[in-house]
Amino acid sequence: MTNSSSQRLLTPKEIGSYAFLALILLVVLPMSMDVFRLNLVGKYLSYTFVAMSLVLCWGYGGILSLGQGIFFGLGGYCMAMFLKLEASSPENTAIQSTPGIPDFMDWNQLTALPWFWEPFNNLGLTLLAVVLVPGLFAFVIALAMFKRRVGGVYFAIITQAVAAILTILIVGSQGMTGGINGITDLRTLLGWDIRTDDAKFILYFVCVFFLFACLLLCQFILKSKLGRLLVAVRDTEERVRFSGYNVDNFKIFVFTFAAMLSAIGGAMFTLQVGFMSPSFVGIVPSIEMVIFCAVGGRLSLFGAVYGVLLVNFAKTTLSEAMPEVWLFALGALFIAVVSIFPDGLAGLYKTYLEPTVDKIFGPLYKKFKQILPSRGSAVKSN
Amino acid sequence: MSDKDFVLAVEGLTVSFDGFKAVNDFSFYVEENEIRVIIGPNGAGKTTVLDLICGKTKSTEGSIKFCGKELTKMSEHGIVHAGVGRKFQNPSVYEDLTVFENLELSYPKGRNVFGALGFKRSQEVLDAIQETAEMVFLVEMLDQSAALLSHGQKQWLEIGMLLIQNPSLLMLDEPVAGMSVAERKKTAELLRKITKDRSVIVIEHDMNFVADIANRVTVMHQGKLLSEGSMNHVQNDPKVVEVYLGH
Repeated sequence: MTNSSSQRLLTPKEIGSYAFLALILLVVLPMSMDVFRLNLVGKYLSYTFVAMSLVLCWGYGGILSLGQGIFFGLGGYCMAMFLKLEASSPENTAIQSTPGIPDFMDWNQLTALPWFWEPFNNLGLTLLAVVLVPGLFAFVIALAMFKRRVGGVYFAIITQAVAAILTILIVGSQGMTGGINGITDLRTLLGWDIRTDDAKFILYFVCVFFLFACLLLCQFILKSKLGRLLVAVRDTEERVRFSGYNVDNFKIFVFTFAAMLSAIGGAMFTLQVGFMSPSFVGIVPSIEMVIFCAVGGRLSLFGAVYGVLLVNFAKTTLSEAMPEVWLFALGALFIAVVSIFPDGLAGLYKTYLEPTVDKIFGPLYKKFKQILPSRGSAVKSN
Repeated sequence: MSDKDFVLAVEGLTVSFDGFKAVNDFSFYVEENEIRVIIGPNGAGKTTVLDLICGKTKSTEGSIKFCGKELTKMSEHGIVHAGVGRKFQNPSVYEDLTVFENLELSYPKGRNVFGALGFKRSQEVLDAIQETAEMVFLVEMLDQSAALLSHGQKQWLEIGMLLIQNPSLLMLDEPVAGMSVAERKKTAELLRKITKDRSVIVIEHDMNFVADIANRVTVMHQGKLLSEGSMNHVQNDPKVVEVYLGH
């Protein structure tokens, strides 16, 4: 691409990619699947937020986080706490020794709601908490690590340790968190029953809506100078530092942003699946997310989305047919990605399929370009 | 003498790594628009001195005053903002980006997180990139990935990345290492052009190149100042001949 083409958020080709994804998610899947299957896809889609967050912080920024489950889980827990409080109205819990508090608190002899549960009586505060609690947590971790210039493998190990610690903490404080079972038996959102087929159908579309909003936001970041700076930091951190940038702040930003993104996925997961448990916080899910992202292609937002969907479809199909094979298949897939196609599905697409696709749609893109108003200034596209 | 007369005044600079003094009570002064070359045998502490000035390494003792500002207490990016540019020994450019993008990222605007998010390629930026690319002989290469440049071209690109920041002190660590004779000539010419309104410190081993560009030469040996003066003066200094040039 040349310096004279204009730098817009979406090129005709990218609009094509969005349109194709929208066609699949909004038309093909809803029309060809029953609600049960569609709800499963919705669950997978909630993982795509994490995969996208890894594209930003790992693929572009070179910061490997083996603890994205922390933020996915925290976001999910925040949502679950609100739904649980709504499900624990005094009428619903009249048989408990202390009515009005979640059932697992009552089983654990708690007689009052812990203070940190109070804000989750309010939906507005909850939605804020979904993004801000994981964001703040990530910010503190990043601040402590990156200001001390901890990076690379050491950072990855620390994120993994935090994921393990958080899981132990949640499991250990059963009375306040629901322990190993997590927060279950979620029923309504402001009186709207989320367990019905209709609700699941609608929540699927809400999830797709947020997915596209986040895709656009990520694309905006990657297309800005900050996106190129992330690549530069990944390549030659020293050079960026001695070009007058406070590299630590950029790393803190991208890690915190990635955490918030994962948290939105976590909240969508809770809404669609109807519970949240420590098994989505710990090391295993965190690493699974990295595999999803690597399979899809860690340098491509769309690749990450398709990667999550395909790996999970394969998981569902394979584990329904031959449950014992799945883990081996996943391991083989990961080895294949690392050794044979390091840029994942997106890399394969780019090498083998894209030239053909471009040939077919090329004239269309050109026509599109003429229709779209040009931004005028002679600047470089990414 | 007051510090104000010098662009850079390094006094009593010492850095100790586990007791080993890589730079030991080293002092030197650089004037405005001067090209100073630092020479010395391997391990003399030349690169460490540049590391100390640009903040990559923290000094154990001593002071570094740049235009009246004490650099030893400042952050790396703060030192760059104050006007010190540093080229590394191995050319370090952003290989996954194009030459254009390499220069764009070096342009001193939008250097914080939100500035970078809102950064626009204004005509001013484009002009600066064009001008710099012309100066470092890379105008034909703007759209090429930096990974595809030759070794010498990478050296030039890194010099260009510093020039676009318009630093008042430029520090170059072996700028002609690995260059062909023709490239060396071009680089010497480039250095003379870019030192018109700034001071430059160069570390170099190539004596012909040093004689070609230096106003004054500082010789280091075992972390200390061995000799200082014109090229002619240091070449005839018996101490220098013994430890360095004689070999």
